[in-house]
Amino acid sequence: MVTVDRTASLPDDQRIVVTGIGLTSPNGNDLETYRKSLLAGISGVTDYEIRYLGKTLAGVCKFETSKYQSKKDLRRGTRAGSVGIWAANEALHRSGIDWANVDKSKVGIYIGVTEHGNVETENEIYQIKQYDYDTQFWSHHHNPRTVANNPAGEVALNLGVTGPHYTIGAACAAGNAGIVQGVQMLRLGDCDLAIAGGVSESIHTFGIFASFRSQGALATHEDPTKASRPFDKDRNGIVVSEGACLYILERLSDAKKRGANIIAEIVSYAINTDATDFVLPNPERQAQCVELALKRGGLNPSDIQIVSTHATGTSSGDAQESQALRKVFENAQGVHFNNTKSFIGHAMGAAGALELAGNIPSFDDGVCHATINVDNLDPDCALEGLVINTPKEIGQVRYILNNSFGMLGINSVLIVRKF
Amino acid sequence: MTPAQIRDEILDILSKVAPDEDLSGLEDAKNFREQLELDSMDFLDIVLELKRRHRVIIPEEDYGNLASMASTVSYLEPKMRDIVKS
Repeated sequence: MVTVDRTASLPDDQRIVVTGIGLTSPNGNDLETYRKSLLAGISGVTDYEIRYLGKTLAGVCKFETSKYQSKKDLRRGTRAGSVGIWAANEALHRSGIDWANVDKSKVGIYIGVTEHGNVETENEIYQIKQYDYDTQFWSHHHNPRTVANNPAGEVALNLGVTGPHYTIGAACAAGNAGIVQGVQMLRLGDCDLAIAGGVSESIHTFGIFASFRSQGALATHEDPTKASRPFDKDRNGIVVSEGACLYILERLSDAKKRGANIIAEIVSYAINTDATDFVLPNPERQAQCVELALKRGGLNPSDIQIVSTHATGTSSGDAQESQALRKVFENAQGVHFNNTKSFIGHAMGAAGALELAGNIPSFDDGVCHATINVDNLDPDCALEGLVINTPKEIGQVRYILNNSFGMLGINSVLIVRKF
Repeated sequence: MTPAQIRDEILDILSKVAPDEDLSGLEDAKNFREQLELDSMDFLDIVLELKRRHRVIIPEEDYGNLASMASTVSYLEPKMRDIVKS
């Protein structure tokens, strides 16, 4: 099949490029450190304790919260807002844009979230428990902290953005979905600059840990750094993490005009739905989503050098994604597969955006980071080209395909190209 | 609690509600808002903290009494005089 990269033939004002990336992850608070950790096999998973559940494991972000927020902002806001504010400011700074002279009414903020509000609701109930559940002691901060747009709204407040802001609720496909929304809004002319991606504050809610544990899907391991082990025979569940990763997206015409450093181009995307189960994935529908993204981009499976997998370390999910990927890529040559959750755990709403970001430096260094903690590869997860435990030099990388799937059967695929 | 203890309590609450502010030069007779960056949510925080710490209920129609340190202490004094400072 002949590759006809459809995006390349679009006019520049319909081509969307990445000009800045800001992030906080459990193993790095900027792209360089994060990438270095991924290449060095450094995990960000640690021991963690949370009310009611007790000792568990989590990916915890440690960044300088006071760099972009006052003490009062931190007290009033949410952790999701805080990680987002960090990532947005870092991304803008790195984009080299003259922010003071940007028309803030033409900036859009689109942030993917897996869930939001659970942290604050749990905190309030914990508070009023001390007052025999008398709701007179419930805080007036509960509503502004828990409205679904809160994480994006806090970023807008912090940056003085007066264009559109909202979150995209898309379970664990949310990071990709946030970027997709940014691309669409730029193409529609709804904004001239998009701050898009995903955030997660999920480690601050005991409910998410307890629910995964009740589902038999919460990872345990005596060594926290080995707990997140997608594709390994002894995987036993998910490590919950927090994080944020936001991209500065611009139309190519605008990026060229200001002489921006273009990091990558968003070539294609697809989002579809299993419509089969609340929790269990559907490999057939996942494969269709990957195929749709390739088709929309005018690409063949062999055009992709790196597939960043979604696999979370659950027994069925990893095998089913592998099944979907084998179907799409069985005859493709030169495709490599890796997994970022093996290092940082599952950063939920931030996962898709963070996992893509960790792979983007491959465009420059030609290295595919590994999936770590694979001591015994599960035959059901075997993929020709899976990069196991140590990074691999793979030469020129032109296209990266990023999978991100979530509960209620949401699947998302994003393809980016070296610019 | 004595008026001086009530004042200390309000100062402690303010230090949490407005953690970036320097409260050392606060003038009791002057309105809080002339001296500090406080909005309506912050005043509700003061009301909530008093409720949580001391079960002191301040009805909405009385919120105007929380304009300055002097007016706040004077308003709270009859409500808090029987509370033992812990």
